[in-house]
Amino acid sequence: MNFNKNMQSKTTHKKEPGKDQHVRMSGSEAMVKCLIEEGATTIYGYPGGAIMPFYDELHKHQDEIHHVLTRHEQGATHAAQGYARISGQVGVAVATSGPGATNLITGIADAQIDSTPIVCITGQVYEHLLGSDAFQETDIVGISTPVTKWNHQITSAEEIPEVMAKAFYIAKSGRPGPVLIDITKNAQLEEFDFHYEKCTGVRSYKPAPPVDKEKVKEAAELINTAKKPFIVWGQGVILGEAEQELKKLIEKAQIPAAWTILGASAIPTTHPLNVGMVGMHGNYAPNMLTNECDVLIAIGMRFDDRVTGRLNDYAKQAKVIHFEIDPAEVDKNVKTDIAVLGDAKQSLATLLPFIKKNSHDSWLKKFKDLYKIEYDKVIKHDLSPKKEGLTMGEVLKEINKQTSGDAAIVSDVGQHQMIACRYAEFNKTKSNITSGGLGTMGFALPAAIGAKMAAPERDVVAVVGDGGYQMTIQELGTIFQTKVPVKIVILNNNFLGMVRQWQQLFFDKRYAQTELVNPDFIQIAKGYYINAEQVSKREELSTAVEKMMNTEGAYVLEVCVEKEDNVFPMIPSGASVSEIRLE
Amino acid sequence: MEQEIIKFTISIYTENNIGLLNRISAIFQKRHINVDSLNTSASEIEGVSRFTIVVRVTEEQMKKIIGQIDKQVEVIKAYYHTDEETIYQESCLFKIKSDLLFEERQIQNIIKDSDARIVTVNREFFVLEKSGRRNEVDMLHRELSAFGIMQFVRSGRIAVTKDEMKVTEMLEAFQK
Repeated sequence: MNFNKNMQSKTTHKKEPGKDQHVRMSGSEAMVKCLIEEGATTIYGYPGGAIMPFYDELHKHQDEIHHVLTRHEQGATHAAQGYARISGQVGVAVATSGPGATNLITGIADAQIDSTPIVCITGQVYEHLLGSDAFQETDIVGISTPVTKWNHQITSAEEIPEVMAKAFYIAKSGRPGPVLIDITKNAQLEEFDFHYEKCTGVRSYKPAPPVDKEKVKEAAELINTAKKPFIVWGQGVILGEAEQELKKLIEKAQIPAAWTILGASAIPTTHPLNVGMVGMHGNYAPNMLTNECDVLIAIGMRFDDRVTGRLNDYAKQAKVIHFEIDPAEVDKNVKTDIAVLGDAKQSLATLLPFIKKNSHDSWLKKFKDLYKIEYDKVIKHDLSPKKEGLTMGEVLKEINKQTSGDAAIVSDVGQHQMIACRYAEFNKTKSNITSGGLGTMGFALPAAIGAKMAAPERDVVAVVGDGGYQMTIQELGTIFQTKVPVKIVILNNNFLGMVRQWQQLFFDKRYAQTELVNPDFIQIAKGYYINAEQVSKREELSTAVEKMMNTEGAYVLEVCVEKEDNVFPMIPSGASVSEIRLE
Repeated sequence: MEQEIIKFTISIYTENNIGLLNRISAIFQKRHINVDSLNTSASEIEGVSRFTIVVRVTEEQMKKIIGQIDKQVEVIKAYYHTDEETIYQESCLFKIKSDLLFEERQIQNIIKDSDARIVTVNREFFVLEKSGRRNEVDMLHRELSAFGIMQFVRSGRIAVTKDEMKVTEMLEAFQK
């Protein structure tokens, strides 16, 4: 195929008065200028040979860009994700070529499946060495293609401003996602005439389809006539900043609304119409009643298999309305009756005037009744246990109490994550930061660093298991070096708990490679000069959490919890949402 | 509810950028789908490339794949069509020993009857070109195989659609 070497200019840009002068500079200086222009003033990364010219420029611009040295490139991507998730801004991760670049892949894949806007910049060997298996050469553009929204290799300095502008635009617009820009060393070193214009459009790319008012009217009619309407919202509400519109919708029509794991916190936990989480370890009522509602209104969510359970028995009785920005998600898993394409905020704002005030008291009562069953069977025992060992749930309850529900909770992956998402109280949006789609263990610690740096005014509490903690434990070094005051709660059950739970339920208790013999987490924290405490008794818990929250600076609180507790409710893999188990 | 597997011709208009072939083929790879043929070339629009890909999938799968192709940043528009909705051809080349052309009268008849074209002849070999549908190319291949073929190569399918694909309008709309 006759590919052009240089990217053709098929983009539109914002002309800003007084900014049309060209300044002679190196490619690496241009990279720094681009980041400043895009407001990316806190970035995460790790230096190395092929990215050294860029780091040299960063050194000269320390006052303008705060570069955080993570201890592993994966940590840089997760930190960038945490930064993006709490702020809505684009996170940036930087790495060198070869292993530096390949170490980014897990975070990039995570950002892709969870629609997180990040830009990753990798150094690359000199252009004349491309394809020669040079030292630390790897085809990172090839490797990252399936897990990026867009990627591009720059081989000459002149391409830098346009490609960087395009990278930030693509990462942030429409359904956000990760972008990787690979820049050869010669492109970083070359001098050229720099000139920057922000990207405002790419001709082959439609960020969000326009909202079709006719479809909205059809949806409104269905919603207005529904007897048992049910909303399931996802992260699209948060990414589209449609929280207020969603709140108005559910209040006006009095529709019970549940959330996917990534949708958590868009509506406060205590809102009377917030009926909890859907999915495998979600709440009993919203899962059960998915198969009883007459109109299912899905907003900014993608019917992940962890949400739907067995598709053949998912909401078959209901008419399905899907508000969705990404046309490829419509009818992908669940057939919709009405699809309203477009940005969630715009769609819901268009919908609201057509929605009639309504009430669904007897339908809402069903949610309350089922909540009562779940409370008696599960929640009560999780939050106010009578047994000796500590539960993860009571730790979350204590965190809620000490932070008044204002904290951002950054969870890792596994049992503690499900408990955190089930029981954390959220007053504010963008407060539940977790790895949803990819389920990346090791996410929480570095993501908490990024989140706290993007929102220093907020309490950021990382809740991690003893397994995932050790996957990125080296980022304690980053915490120590930057003095970022994150609070880390290790829920230690000396097991890879979620896998153990499956082994118990589905593999006759054969605990294959799930028991962990752990190090002294307190000594490790102290080795990094981070305050730390371990608790294992109920009477110590409250004081310990309080002390953690009141201590200035970072803090590690290890809570030794019951070894073999299970997370319920649970929809077994391959089962229907109405086959949800309470025990 | 098992759906019927159908042969579809996919037409994708794209920017002409490095790596896009990889990005598009990855979408088939992640769904574990084998591609029957793939052709990339210029399109009727300057600077715009066109992929023609043939796959056998259900229509439901096809819609999902098209959605995932279409959302790629550098894809302008992706379409899928059935055989009935397109005019399609393949092209092939045969390299055959020149001696046969003179010794085997039958070969000359085959060439004439099949509407194949002799591209070049020299002392050692001659090259035959044939464009047509897959079954015509297959038939010619079978007939010539009896005499011995030195080399054979066939292109992927190329196809134009009976209905319009309004790509130019889409691009013009962006300029406004």
